[in-house]
Order: sequence, then C-alpha cells, then structure tokens
Amino acid sequence: MSYLEHTVKHVPTGLRKILFMNWPLAILLTSVAGVGFLMLYSVAGGSFSPWAEPQIKRFGLGLAIMFTVAMVPIWLWRNLSGVAYGATLVLLVAVELFGSVGMGAQRWIDIGFMRLQPSELMKITLVLFLAAYYDWLPVKKVSRPFWVLLPILIIVVPTALVLKQPDLGTSILLLTAGGGLMFLAGVHWAYFAAVIAAAIGLVTAVFQSRGTPWQLLKDYQYRRIDTFIDPSQDPLGAGYHITQSKIALGSGGWSGRGFMQGTQSRLNFLPEKHTDFIFTTLAEEFGFLGGVSLLCLYALIILFCIVSAIKNKDRFASLLTLGIALNFFLFFAVNMSMVMGLAPVVGVPLPMVSYGGSAMLVLLLAFGLVQSAHVHRPR
Amino acid sequence: MRRNRADNDASHLKLTRRAALLGGAQLLFMGGLAARMRYLQIDQADQFRLLAEENRINIRLIPPARGEIFDRNGLQLAENVPSYRIVMVREDAGDVEAVMERLAQVIEIDEETRERAIAEMARTAPFLPVTIVDDVSWEVVSKVSVNAPALPGVTPEVGLTRVYPRGEDFAHVVGRVGRVSQADLDALEDPDQVLRIPRFQIGKINVEARAEGLLRGSAGTKNVEVNATGRVMRELERREGQAGADLQLTVDANLQRYVQARLGEESAAVVIIDCQNGDLAALASSPSYDPNLFIGGISSTDYNPLLNSKYRPLVNKPVQGTYPPGSTFKMIVALAAIEEGIVGPEETVYCPGHLEVAGRRFHCWKRAGHGWVDLQNSLKQSCDVYYYDLAVKVGIEKITAMANRFGLGMKHDLALSSVAGGLTPTKQWKRSARGEEWVVGDTVNASIGQGFNLASPLQLAIMTARIATGRTVDPRLIKSIDGVEQPSGAGEPMGVNENHLRQVRKAMYDVVNDRRGTGYRSRIIDDTMRMAGKTGTSQVRNITAAERARGVTRNADLPWERRDHALFVCFAPFDKPRYAACVLVEHGGGGSTAAAPIARDVMLQAMAGGEPPLEAYPKSDRGRIQAQQEKLRDLAPGTVAAKEGEDQA
Repeated sequence: MSYLEHTVKHVPTGLRKILFMNWPLAILLTSVAGVGFLMLYSVAGGSFSPWAEPQIKRFGLGLAIMFTVAMVPIWLWRNLSGVAYGATLVLLVAVELFGSVGMGAQRWIDIGFMRLQPSELMKITLVLFLAAYYDWLPVKKVSRPFWVLLPILIIVVPTALVLKQPDLGTSILLLTAGGGLMFLAGVHWAYFAAVIAAAIGLVTAVFQSRGTPWQLLKDYQYRRIDTFIDPSQDPLGAGYHITQSKIALGSGGWSGRGFMQGTQSRLNFLPEKHTDFIFTTLAEEFGFLGGVSLLCLYALIILFCIVSAIKNKDRFASLLTLGIALNFFLFFAVNMSMVMGLAPVVGVPLPMVSYGGSAMLVLLLAFGLVQSAHVHRPR
Repeated sequence: MRRNRADNDASHLKLTRRAALLGGAQLLFMGGLAARMRYLQIDQADQFRLLAEENRINIRLIPPARGEIFDRNGLQLAENVPSYRIVMVREDAGDVEAVMERLAQVIEIDEETRERAIAEMARTAPFLPVTIVDDVSWEVVSKVSVNAPALPGVTPEVGLTRVYPRGEDFAHVVGRVGRVSQADLDALEDPDQVLRIPRFQIGKINVEARAEGLLRGSAGTKNVEVNATGRVMRELERREGQAGADLQLTVDANLQRYVQARLGEESAAVVIIDCQNGDLAALASSPSYDPNLFIGGISSTDYNPLLNSKYRPLVNKPVQGTYPPGSTFKMIVALAAIEEGIVGPEETVYCPGHLEVAGRRFHCWKRAGHGWVDLQNSLKQSCDVYYYDLAVKVGIEKITAMANRFGLGMKHDLALSSVAGGLTPTKQWKRSARGEEWVVGDTVNASIGQGFNLASPLQLAIMTARIATGRTVDPRLIKSIDGVEQPSGAGEPMGVNENHLRQVRKAMYDVVNDRRGTGYRSRIIDDTMRMAGKTGTSQVRNITAAERARGVTRNADLPWERRDHALFVCFAPFDKPRYAACVLVEHGGGGSTAAAPIARDVMLQAMAGGEPPLEAYPKSDRGRIQAQQEKLRDLAPGTVAAKEGEDQA
C-alpha cells in the first residue's frame, strides 16, 4: 500500500481537475508553439500553407490530447507503463520488418490517417517505464548491480533498434534520457563514471575502426563528423547545412532583419528550413533577442517541470516529470547545438516549433502526463 | 511494495538533490547556447553585416571541366566547347511577361519557346534561373548584355558542352553524355551536389559512363555577392574545383575511321587487338550513329530510325552482340582433343559428308565429303565431320573448359556498357537453364560452334590473340589516365602446350595461304605481314531435311534476316604476331567471302599504320583493291600516309 494511495482522497475530482492543472506550463507550451506558427508562416513566404495551417490544427489536436491525458489519474498511467513500453518495442520491431524507407532510413509505419514513428513514442514510454521501475524498486536496491543491469537492458534494446533504422539522433536521445533517469533515481555515481570512461573508449574505437572492415558507423555518418570538426572542408557537400545555418544566424545580428525579412533562410539555402533548421529563420529574423527569448521560454518550461517534480512527493510522478523535462531539454539542446555548429547534424527537430506532426503530438501527450502528475499529486 | 513515510522522504530528498543538480546542468548548458548565440550574432555580426546591407551572399557551384578523351596518338575523341545560353530569374524579373516581351524585341524567340519558358518559370522556385534559349551565338549574348538595364533578371550564361569531333566512329567506344536525369540521381546512393546544377552533363553509356568517376572531377565553389535584384555584384571567394582526369584510349582513331568506312553500310563488327599488350586498336560497330545528336536531347525524328532499323545501329555489336562462333570454334575443339591425347597430328578421320551420331545424321558443309582428313586439313578445309568425331570422343566438359581458358564464355572487364559474357554450355548449365539433360547431339553441334554456343566478336578476337601468343592476353581500352599508364594486358603464359598451339597456328596459316584453304582468296603476299586465320559461317536457322533434299538454298536467295553470319578470325604477321582480329558480318553469308576480305584490309591497314602498299595483295586483286582504296581515301582522310611513331615500333 503506497504512500500515494493514503492521500488519494485529497486529489481533486471531475472537471475541477482543470483548475488544478499546471497552467503556467500550458501557457508556456502554447507560446512556444505560437513562435513556431509565426516562423512557419514566414518560411512559406507569408502564407499559412503549406506548413503553418496544418501545424496549428495539429497543435489543437495535441492540446486536446494533453488535457485528456491530464484528466486520467497518474496511477493508471503507471500501471499501464509496462504495456506501453512493450507495445512500443513491438512497433519498433514492426518498423524494422514492414516500415517504409524515407530519406534512406526506415522510420515510420503508415497507419492510415498518419505516419507513426515508433521511435518518437519510445522516448516517452521508455521514461514512463523506467519511472515505474524505480517507483517499484525499493530504494535500497537501486545501486545493486543486478538492479542496475535491468534498466540498462530496458534502455539499450530500443536504442539498438532505433540505431539500426538508422537514426543516430534519436538513439542518442534515448540513451541520454534513460541514463538521466537512472541518475535521478539515485544510482551510484561510480556507475556513471564507468559509463563515461567506456564511452570515451567507444568513441576512440569508432574512430579507429574507420576504413577497416569492421567499421562501426556508416560512411555518411563519418562524413558528418568530419565536416562537424571542420565544416569549411566541404562547404557544398556535408558541411553545407552547418555553414549555411551559421551564415543565416550570424546575419541576424542583435535584433534581426525583422519578421519576414530574412533572406538567407528563405532563399532555399537550407533544404530543411521548415523542420530541423527552423531556428535559423527565427535567429535571422528576430536576431539575438529573438533567439534568447525562445531559449528563455524553453528554460521556463524546464524550470516549471522541475519545480512541479520536486513538490510532488510521489516518486513515480516526480521521476516521470523530470524524465519528460529532460527529454524535452535534450530535443532543443541537440537541435540548437546542431544549428549553431556545436554538434553534428543528426536530424533532431526543434520541439514544438519545427514542422512535423508526430513529434509534436507525442510531446503534448508527454506533457499531458506531466499535467496528470501535477493534478493528482499527493496533498 | 510497502513503503513508509520516512523512507519515502529520504528518497525524495535524494531525488530533489539530483533533480537540482541535473536541472542546474541543463540551465548551464542553455547558458552556453546563449553565449554561442551571442558569439555568432553579436561578436561576429560585423563580418556578416558587411555583406548584409543590401546584399546577400550566395554560394555558387563552379562545374568542373569534364576530362577529355584522346586516342592512342593524342587525337581528340571527346572535347569540351563553350556554349552560351540566356537565362531568366523570375524573382528578379518581376513582371515576367513584360520582360519576355522586351527580350523578344532584342533577340529572336519563337512563340513556343516563350510559352515553355514562362510555364517552366511558374513551376520552379522564384530565385532559380530558367533557361530561355540554349546554344546561342556570341552575337545574341552581346545583344542581351547591351540591353541589360531593360531586361531585369535576364542574364547570359556560359557553360561547357561536350562535343565528339569523331562523330559516329566512337559512339560505341567513347559513348556519350547527356543531361542528368531523375533516374541517374535515383541510381546513386549519395549524389554529388554538382549533379544538381541545371544542365549538368553525366556520362550515359560506354567509356563516358563507366569512367564517370574519373572524368567528372569535383566542383569548385564561389561565394558571390548578389544585390537586391539578384545580379551578381562581385565575387568574394573562389575555390577552384578539380577538373576531371583526361583519358587516353588504346584505340587508333585513324584506323577506327578506316574500319568504319570499310564496313560501310554492312551490319558488322570488327575488333582489332594488339596481341602483345591487349590494346584494342579498333572496336568498330556498323552502322553507327552520331552521339552529338543525343547531347542536348535527341528528337524523335532522329531517334526513331535508329531504334527501328533492322541493322540495329544502337547495339554495340563487337562487345554486346553474341553470335554462334561457327567454325572459328574448331581451334578450341582441336586443342582440347590434342591435350586429351585423343588425336595426333597424323591421325585421320574419314569424312563421307555426314556422320551418324545417336541415330541422327549430322552433315558436313561439303555434301560430297572431304575424304580422309588430318588435323591440318580439317582446319584448312573446315571439315565438320572431323570435329563431330573429335567432340564425341572428348566430351563437352573438356571443350568448354578449353573455351573458357581462351576467354570464351567469360565477361571481359572493359570500360564499356553491356559487355556480353557469351555462353559456353555445360551439362550442368543445360540442366538448370533448360531443364533438360545434355544429349550427345548437343556436343556434336557445339563442336562446330553452333547449338548453344554464343560468343562476341571481342571474345573471338581475344581467343585468337591467345592462340597467337600462348598468353592470357586481356583486352585493354584505357591506355592512360591523366598520363598515368594503365597496366598492360599482355598476360601470363597460358600453360597450353606450345607444340599443340603451333599445330593449330600452322593450320590457320594454311587456311589463308594454302591454295585449298577456305580463306585463300584473302591472303597477304607480303612476307613480313603474312596472315593466319579461320573462316566461320554460323547458321541462324535450321536446315530441314526437305530443304536438304532439294538442295540447300543459297544464302543470296534468302531474306536478309535468315542468311548466315559471316565470321573471320585472324592474326598477323604469322611469325611474329602483332595484331589479332575478328570480323563479323551479320547475315553476310560465308565467312570466306564476306568477312575475310574485310579482315585482310583492316589488318593490313593496322600493320602498315596507314594505307598499305598494293604489293601486299595478290596480283589478281590489285586492280579492284586500288579502286576501293581510292574510294575510301575520301571517306577516311588521315589514314593515307603511314604515321611514324609507335605504330611502327
């Protein structure tokens, strides 16, 4: 009988739940999405089609999902976490077997009305399942080798499947989010030190393997790393994205060229200007101020999540909230680093801003869980 | 799980600590991102602001110059020439219709072109240039330049285009380029950016396609400053690309010209290979076509006749076409039989004009029979029965193994599209490909190069070169890449007994030089250039018993498609082989009448390095040959004077 269940009677019921939601968080999310609509409108040359309009519709759908998920008691979600994780794993295997190939990678399954990317879903269900695992596991056992090995397995299996698609970006995200959750759950420092040491070893191995028959990454991935280290080597090939996005960013200056006045990003220098590289448009048109404002919005979202998690005495709920916040953080941190030439181009969208349905719906679903945790916290 | 309040509080405290730690790290990272943004957008902004006033920087690709292709003597086979075109950028033109109207007053543009250009502009991105007229003269370019102020968005552009100065001679060797198509892009895993340049040319077939990686080079880039109307103001930075590598082929362009002219309108193929190093001196396919027609896209009025002609000008006959090798295959059967010890040079077989094998009667081409024949006579007179007898004793597996050693049934590695592998049948092959068991009749058919056997003229020329030298001569087409000599195809000793080869060579000598040889009429009488060879006549139809009864119909009386293929393989000079050749005339009739005379002319031309002296021909032929030489002199200029240099070496 958990601590949570003793205090359930204080949790609001019915539609009153809406009042107890984390409203600042919802407003922040809407503001970020608003920035996205604005940028998609601008990128399309001042038009709602082809990107802004569907994006707004999907955001509406996403909000509805968020509210619905928030209404459902958090313990129900916890009880479902194992099933959710298992189902997503099955989907990942299915995508391997029957998935469609887009952009050279096998990522999504067509389920009629939309294309489902199981790897997107996995980002959430992995956090959900790990949070449930650490909620169930007595605190004393957290750092015992067997009980450490188990979550590692839970993380590594889907990561390997995603890596095989191949989708390096998402697999790094999965690994980092999973590791972060283990850290939050209180796994001993020494494990992380060991993993970091091993990672350094692995990176060395990856570079050593280049050109040998047991080469660990694909050629294009090596090229991305090469041009990341020195993009000027090949400004039209692999370094093209980074060089172009830096030019666009740099020409934005302090306050930018003004809404719809950006030229670098509108002129098709960037082939993925509406998805992964949308931040360049923002930074070019609204300059440093615009970029930092968006960063502040993101920071506030993270802060509100952390505060909500710390205030929440239920272990599952706080782990889940922190895990989702970490996931969200990783999204924009990787994307912005990439756009600013701090990380290789790995194909991670800017959360809530980049055009793309399944990523946004999944994120709002995740924030629905955060809201549910907030509403149903023990009082 | 049971949990008490104290435990929970303790764990929550730890969680809070770690959450604060991780949250702090996240905020720190975001601070880093902000700092980076500051660095790019404020500290480095001056660098960009300079260019940002009214201008934009634009990275443009400089297409690399495609490598050129030369023959073995440095004559140009594929070159790049400048071509001008007029392009328009929709965004910069503003009112496209009005600008087009004004442009039409300056230069001549027909209505169709105008509509096409306007439609294309509506489809493409506003800032991309669309070609209005292509391949224009310098005069048109200057007119447009002078009127530039009235023509916003209209600019002349200069590019390079491919030209094949030797036209149809090299369509089946050098091949051709064409615009990059979507299919070309789809076929590549990671297409080069340069392929996306509008009107970029990519190799489509033969050397141009197979050596694409060498010829293309890599793109350079230039950063240009463009003003608000899109006009290039100045160049900021330029990185030169790498021009493609120049290729030198082993083919002698003058010899090739002569061979094509000699073949005339025949549907035929000629391969001349250097026995000493495998260099392909000529690789002719007739009739051919002009590859220059294809470069800018070929019109259907030009294309349909090429596609529909029964002489198939688009097929590369010497390497892609496969034919029953006919009697030219007999050397292989003879060598297999000698090696197996089944027949000695003195042993004879009686030819009554036919042979009964497994209840079926197989005929010799000479109905009356050859009487008693030994190895020498069997090749010289091309007696079929002798080989029926030999083949039944040796068996198909041994014959095929020998054929493979001589390069038949093997796909030779050449930088050409669709090199055929031919077919040398085995029992296993028939079982899996036809689902039938091998019967002895198949072996009998195979012994005279009929039945399932198929070989390309290239393979037969290689076979002959190998017989002549006893080495595994391999064909070579690319002599050097950017001046770097490529490995020779001289090959290693084959391990076939030299005595055996000598017997076969002697018999081939007699084929041409003995009064009773099938190729006697095509002999060369100059002792330094004596030729050895073998005729072949391969059937493309079955002769029915009824037909045989009333006398086999003469080739000349048959429709073209049903006549026999004429073949001749040869090498010369006999005592010191320099060249080997294969001549194939599709549906030409007998090898001795249709193919051998061509072979003699082209071999003499190759050996003499130009027009050969009339004295090399038998006296009786000289009058006719002289007339022929005079006629060909006009068709193949540049071949008249013997060239000095390595040809004579």
